[in-house]
Order: sequence, then structure tokens, then C-alpha cells
Amino acid sequence: MDASPRAEPAISVRDLVRRFGDVEAVRGVSFEVPQGETFGFLGPNGAGKSTTISMLCTLLQPTSGAARVAGYDVVTERAEVRKRIGLVFQDTTLDDYLTAQENLRFHAELYGVPRHQTAERIADVLHMVGLFERRDGLVRTFSGGMKRRLEIARGLLHSPRVLFLDEPTVGLDPQTRSHIWGYIDELRQREAITMFLTTHYMDEAEHCDRIAIIDEGRIVVEDTPERLKQGIGLDRVQISTDDDAAAIDALSNRFALSATMSEGAVAFYVAQGEAFVPRLFAELGVAIKSVSIARPTLDDVFMNYTGRTIRDAEASSSERMATNPWLRARRR
Amino acid sequence: MSDVPQGAHVTDAPAAAPPTLRAERAAERHRAAPAAVRVAGGRWQDDVRAVTMVWRRELIRFSRNRLRIVTSLVQPVLFLFVLGTGLGSLMGRSLGTGAGNFRMFMFPGVVAMTVLFTAIFSSVSIVWDREFGFLREMLVAPVRRGALVVGKCAGGATVATLQAIIMLALAGLVDVPYSPSLMLTLIGEMLLAAVAITALGTALASRISQIESFQVVMQFVVLPLFFLSGALFPLRALPTWLAVLTKFDPLAYIVDPMRRAVFEHVRTTPQIRALFAGGVTWNGWRVPIGVELGLTALIGAALLGIAIYAFGRSD
Repeated sequence: MDASPRAEPAISVRDLVRRFGDVEAVRGVSFEVPQGETFGFLGPNGAGKSTTISMLCTLLQPTSGAARVAGYDVVTERAEVRKRIGLVFQDTTLDDYLTAQENLRFHAELYGVPRHQTAERIADVLHMVGLFERRDGLVRTFSGGMKRRLEIARGLLHSPRVLFLDEPTVGLDPQTRSHIWGYIDELRQREAITMFLTTHYMDEAEHCDRIAIIDEGRIVVEDTPERLKQGIGLDRVQISTDDDAAAIDALSNRFALSATMSEGAVAFYVAQGEAFVPRLFAELGVAIKSVSIARPTLDDVFMNYTGRTIRDAEASSSERMATNPWLRARRR
Repeated sequence: MSDVPQGAHVTDAPAAAPPTLRAERAAERHRAAPAAVRVAGGRWQDDVRAVTMVWRRELIRFSRNRLRIVTSLVQPVLFLFVLGTGLGSLMGRSLGTGAGNFRMFMFPGVVAMTVLFTAIFSSVSIVWDREFGFLREMLVAPVRRGALVVGKCAGGATVATLQAIIMLALAGLVDVPYSPSLMLTLIGEMLLAAVAITALGTALASRISQIESFQVVMQFVVLPLFFLSGALFPLRALPTWLAVLTKFDPLAYIVDPMRRAVFEHVRTTPQIRALFAGGVTWNGWRVPIGVELGLTALIGAALLGIAIYAFGRSD
């Protein structure tokens, strides 16, 4: 691995397109990921996330466009790219009949990790994901979460410059999901590594430094999660009052806000909700019993940019799943 | 779209520091992290490591699946002792050869059958690897596909030979002597056959995507190879159509040398030798052992080439 990282971005993508027959799964995607950043691709299933990640990992040839990963072209310098990336796939790619340690050893040998470093490096990554005590256990006895942790450990074994995680928590229960994110967050702190991940869970995108929302093969918007949410501008405020009907009237007359009843409370949207609350108390004229202010979520962001919720998007794109190369690879 | 101002990420909460500070912090994290390792690729040493590891994985999986080792013995044992004894008794009555001689005849055939079935099973396990995802782990590694194929074939061949050696251990039960020269000859021939068959299996597996297709391979490739090889009956005085077919079965050219080796090491009558030890002929010419083994090696090398080519194109 190069001792001095190149100044260029860890990933740079220009006008990337991938067609499967008549279907354009990725329709001209461009972005850059600076070194050390955790970048997330957020979008419904079938949006083109996996197709993009496959092209960046040199597993799939782009129809047109160019991409460089860790300083090398994904089409013309595949081997150089492969040496410098770690992969954690959606589906497990472990050998069930080998132990955790044997799976890692296999990886170390194929990636040419220097012999004298292999044992130490294997122990390191096993400790990192909390599987050191289970190193001699057969992988087939592992739970889904343990397998995923082992795959993350394996993805890091050869000290890649960029770690790709394709839906790292798909199919896991909520508790395990949060554990996996714990490891990924720790990794962001510990290793000088660039991470590129995809997810269709809105809450998981919060773990990224920057995200791109992708829908129907195009990047709709790209920014930090915080700025994306700020970009929507309005907070959701809920108040409960002594006289809800009067409160709704007052909001309409005095603040020109249209409020509705929602979950037994008066709800409305306003810019900078916290700053608005003192005015609300002073001028509403109806006694307020409680106030809650909710920041916009990434769901709202997705809604704002695509005009539908991510769940609607998933329903309408289910037929496009057929073009997902990861699924195709399994079904072929 | 992507033309969001480039400074956008700098204003992100954890990345609020100016770029220089970020770089310093990255360097600091780097020091705290486990030593970065050089990752190689492209050099022949790397290919050797890959071959060795893929080979070792086959052995680990073989040694861990004791049940499979035992189950794989059932079929050849039934062939040898049940079918062999049954047919042997029939022949013994009509030809006066005795059941034992027929079992002796069948022994090399049954050993070759063990090689065939185990080697095919080992190499077609690539289809399982594909189904369960492990193939992807191999295919994305920065090593030549050829190294993976060679490792897989070496592993499958080793496993098949080991399994057949277990059958070989039963030699005493059919009055075949444990002579070191016989055993070494047979093991060498088994290994040669195993490499060729594993290469065949690997080439097939690179084109098979579903586990169900394995049945097709068994029925259309493995069983015809086995039945036409002369493992179960002598390849002489056959009807022309059958005689012609057997000459096109590559396995016949490995069963014959093995059988000749066995009959060289047992005492028996010239009649029985004439009946059982007669092998493959081309237009009346008895094909010499050297030619038979050379042919097997050639076919094996060609199949290995095809396997490497086919595997290189699959994804």
C-alpha cells in the first residue's frame, strides 16, 4: 500500500451509467468522496445503489462514464483497485465450514498480507469486532450479526484504503443493527479509512459524514445529513392546550400558520421551532400544557426531493429489483 | 445533484475543522490503528500463496466432514462386495473362474470409481460456493483466476486420492497384495486421473449456476464415463457399438493401467489373466500403458486449460 496517500479523492465518479438491456439502472451519477470520509448512498431498493457499488468494486463494467477508487481506474486498473478496497456484501460470503480464524486466514493469503503480520493482524481485527474468543468456532454456528461482524473484520484485514459496505445491516434485528453501527462508528474513529456504504434505512444514514440520496438511478441531492434536514427548513411543532380549537384559530389568525389535529395534539410546521416557542407562549392567548418540537428527519428530506416516501418508492420499484446485479448473481 | 459546492462536507459537524486539521487528525488515527500492511498481487509468490490456500481449504473441509468420508465408501463397497460377489458367483459357475477372481478384477475399477465420484463432487462444489456466496470472496481477490482454478483442482485431486486410498486399504479383502510397488503405482495413477477429472468438474462448474444442474452432470457425464470405462466388465468381446463407445471414454485409459498393475502383482492362471486383464485396443493394437497414461495426462492438461479459460470468463 502507498505510504503517502495521494491528494486526490478516495473515490471520484463521473457520469457513471449502467444499462441492463433496456433498463438503465444507473443514469449518469457523479460524486467525489474525500479521503477519510464516510459517505452513504441512501435510497430505496432498486434505486441503483448496488449497481453503483458493484461498478466501484470492479465487479461490474460501467456502460459509460468513469470512476477512480483509491487513485486507480475501476475499469483499466482493476487489480490495483481490488488490492486497496475491502468489501462487505449484502449476502454473506463466508465459508460456513471453516472457523472464523480460517476464513480470515484464507483472505489474508489471497490478499497477500505479509506472513509475519498475518497472525497479529487477524487477532487485531477479531478483537475489533469482539469475536476473538470465538475465533475457533465454525462460522455455521454463528448468528447473523456475528457473521456480519466477521465480514467487516475480514474487509479490514488487508488494511484497505476504502471499505465498501453494501447494506451492512440488512436482514438483522434492530439490536444487532445498532451493534453493527457501533463497530462502524468506532472504525471511523480508529482507522484512517474511507467508507462508502449503502442503506435504505433513513436512520442509518445519520452515521455518515455525507450522504447522497439516489432514486431511480440518479443522485437527487448530496450533502451532510444535518444540512439536508436544515434545507427543508421547517420544524414540526406539537402543542397540547386547554382549548385546541381555539389554539388552531389563534395560530391561523395571529401567526398565519395552518395547524391540524394530529395524535390528539395541535400540530404545525414552522421555521426554527425553538425560537418560535417564546412568541407562541406570549401571543397565542390559549393556555399551553406541553410543547414538543421535532426536527425534520431524512424521511422528510427524501419526501421533499422525490415527492414520495421511501416506502412508496420501494413499492413502485420492486419490479426493478430484477436488475439488481447482486440478486441476479445469486439467482443466475 | 452532484454539483453541490465542494466545500459542503467541511461544514459537517464532525468535520468542522479546516482541512489541514482534518489531515492531522487522520494521521493521528492512522498511528493509533494497527499497522497498515502492504498488499501484494501479480507476483508469482502471491499466486503460489493463493493456490496453496485454496488447496488447504479443500483439505480442511474434507477432514471436517467425516460423515462424507464414510458415506462415500458405501457405494464402492457395495459394488465390490455385493455386486462383485453376486456376478462373480455367476461367472464362477459358468466359467469356473471363482467369485474371488471377479472381485479382484473389479477392485481397480471400484477404486477408479471412488476417484471419479469424489473428484467430481469436490470440483462441482464450486457451484455450492457460488450459491452460498464464498465464490465471490475468491473472485474479487487480487489474484489471477488461474491460481484459484489450479488450487481448486489440486485440492479436489488430493481429496479424491485420499478417499480412494481408503478404498485401496481394502485390497487385502479381495486378495490383492499390499506390495509397495503396486500401491505406489496405483496411487500415482489415481492422482493423475483425479487431476484430469477435477479439471473436468471445474470446467463444468464454471458454467453451472444452479445446484440442481449437478444432477444433469451426474446423469449425462459421470455415469456414462463410469459405465463405459471397463470398471465393471472386461472391455473385450463386446458388440461393436459398445466397443467403439468405450474407446472414447477417457476413464478407460486409467482403469486399464490400474487393472494391469493389479494383475501383475497377483498369482493367477493364464486363462483368468486373458479373460480379465485384456484392456483397450485400437484396431486390434493393445494400447501400451505409457500411451494410456500419456493420453490421460494430455486430456487432463487440456481440461485444466479449459477450466482456467472458462473460469476466467465467469462471474
